[in-house]
Amino acid sequence: MSTRNEWPLWEVFIRSRAGLDHKHCGSVHAPDGALALQAARDVYTRRQEGVSIWVVRADQIIASDPGQKAELFDPMEDKVYRHPTFYQLPDDVNHI
Amino acid sequence: MYTQAMDIPEGNKAPLQSIEQGTASADFDARCAQGDFIEAKDWMPEQYRKTLVRQISQHAHSEIVGMLPEGNWVTRAPSLKRKAILLAKIQDEGGHGLYLYAAAETLGTSRDEMIEALHSGRAKYSSIFNYPTPTWADIGVIGWLVDGAAIMNQVPLCRCSYGPYARAMIRICREESFHQRQGFDLLHAMMQGTEAQRAMVQEAVNRWWWPVLMMFGPEDKDSQHSEQSAKWGIKRLSNDELRQKFVDAIVEQARVLGVTLPDPDLKWNAEHGHHDFGAINWQEFWNVVNGHGPLNKERLAARVQAWDDGAWVREAALAHANKQATRSVAA
Repeated sequence: MSTRNEWPLWEVFIRSRAGLDHKHCGSVHAPDGALALQAARDVYTRRQEGVSIWVVRADQIIASDPGQKAELFDPMEDKVYRHPTFYQLPDDVNHI
Repeated sequence: MYTQAMDIPEGNKAPLQSIEQGTASADFDARCAQGDFIEAKDWMPEQYRKTLVRQISQHAHSEIVGMLPEGNWVTRAPSLKRKAILLAKIQDEGGHGLYLYAAAETLGTSRDEMIEALHSGRAKYSSIFNYPTPTWADIGVIGWLVDGAAIMNQVPLCRCSYGPYARAMIRICREESFHQRQGFDLLHAMMQGTEAQRAMVQEAVNRWWWPVLMMFGPEDKDSQHSEQSAKWGIKRLSNDELRQKFVDAIVEQARVLGVTLPDPDLKWNAEHGHHDFGAINWQEFWNVVNGHGPLNKERLAARVQAWDDGAWVREAALAHANKQATRSVAA
């Protein structure tokens, strides 16, 4: 058995109904995009879970490094003024 | 359970750690303790990674091998409705295996490595699939008892600390409940039938009851791995706790169905608030786990043959994809 002939891995994203984003739901192995779509349809939509599928070669995804989580995301922690709830307005101000 | 071989001694020792690893490891344990999810690219102790690869791949293998006893009955289902249901269920089992292989691959193993481990006999799958399915009632009992036992084990795994595994389990549990209900429904229909049909159901229950109790794995006092797995949030309830929950749930269902569970010692214990049950034949369990069950050789041979027979398709599809890719570059 050869392990070098493994079909490449594809990440699967599904839009559950019109109006919603495609969301990651898993992955499949397939030799090409057309068969990856077919496999994703068989594996992930047996109960009408979707109306649209994207497949993306897993090795084409550029991901952030979990080790950089603090430097990437912590700086936003003290910027509460970016949220509307930061501002206390007079009680009689409406529609704002 | 589907991951019962987790409890089998493997002889690996905890590796020595450097000071940096020790700090990372303490942080990791703290994250697990507060119920954080661990994701694929996060730092994790080697032993956590190894344990999960072993557990998830065993679970995947069980789903895949689990298609075989049922596949036996596709062409002989008693009606078109039952045949469509059985096909849908078997397709689900294949799907569950694929969700789980994909979850295991996020830990750095490959699909081919896992399949090779199964085919060479190094990797285990659930002992339950080494028992035969000689009658149609067996298909009902597999849904009601085997899938019922699987659900007991799988529901807590939806809160497993490893994100990709937990997400796969949520998807699986949603689908699994159809499996158990169709099994009960099948048996219930037979119990409304002829005397011979009722006898067939009872005979199947008699054969499956004890092997199903063994699915939960060795008793807690004999179980390896459990303590560390509990600390890491990989295993949330012990083998004995799950087995007890299962027995308590099934007794009432068996009454409604009108079958007798083949255990003279099975009775309500008002003091403990649980059912007591008889001693399990652990010798039989170990025999099956170690490859000497009724159908171990046949099941594995069927898997290997399916894989080998499909080799030309996999190779042809890959060759075609490579050729198309080369052409589009040239164009």
